[in-house]
Amino acid sequence: MNINWFKYSSPQTFYPLAGRMIPWFAWAASIFAVIGLYISFFIAPTDFQQGEAYRIIFVHVPAAWMSMFIYMVMAGWAALGLSLNARLPAMMAQALAPTGAIFTLLALVTGSFWGKPMWGAWWVWDARLTSELILLFLYLGFIALQSSIDDPRKADKAGALLALVGVVNVPIIYFSVKWWNTLHQGSTISMGAAPKMVTTMLLGMLLMALAFWMYTIAVALMRVRCIMLERERASDWVKEQALSVGGNT
Amino acid sequence: MQWSSWSAFFNMGGYAFYVWFSFGLTALWLVWEVLALRKRSAVALNLAKLLAQDK
Repeated sequence: MNINWFKYSSPQTFYPLAGRMIPWFAWAASIFAVIGLYISFFIAPTDFQQGEAYRIIFVHVPAAWMSMFIYMVMAGWAALGLSLNARLPAMMAQALAPTGAIFTLLALVTGSFWGKPMWGAWWVWDARLTSELILLFLYLGFIALQSSIDDPRKADKAGALLALVGVVNVPIIYFSVKWWNTLHQGSTISMGAAPKMVTTMLLGMLLMALAFWMYTIAVALMRVRCIMLERERASDWVKEQALSVGGNT
Repeated sequence: MQWSSWSAFFNMGGYAFYVWFSFGLTALWLVWEVLALRKRSAVALNLAKLLAQDK
């Protein structure tokens, strides 16, 4: 099958396409979340060391995974936008940043709510926690930098450079528990080794991660549509789009 | 099933505050993000409509 990618890379063709994709991802996210939450609370057994407090990991770990994963995808789009000098990839990077920032903040806050009862401290300056906090600052820096430059194309370029430089932080977060002696526990699930946890716990975590993933795609598509409307409000396709939808003026 | 009663479920083995705060905050932020984006889209479409009718 020969797909003309350049056709879909223009905002006026991508806008309706994204609109048709959103409900599918939203439904997938809801279904995964319902099954994932059911397993997290009713099937997964009580942890013999941590009691019920461990159930926080069913949001904490998927949120932390997404915070790193979204950053990599965002940097990928930014690199593509920079090298092709194209609008759509840069808009995709811009659309992902706030959702990435939300997941980073969620990972930090839920981690803190797990740390208080388990470690006795809301926060420690541990390598894992500190590098995750730097990730939050990178997201916020990217958003602030883009919104501080009036010319959108220049903003795209500056943002892309910041996003790419920041990529160095992601492996630091990931390997921090190996490289340094951290209070944060090592990875329970790692590539190439059998997971050190009960299957139902693992299943709950994976389903929640899938739910967050589908949610991220749906929300990023919603946001990229907003960005397209805002940036190209003077163009004919946006005017047609605006006139074709009803509603009050 | 892990729970003897609903009150045991809500109590979360004494960690109710930490567990429910984590899940509640996650749900709240994600729902807020969707609602904020719906609003943003409606505002952008409205503005584009005004611009289109202007000429």
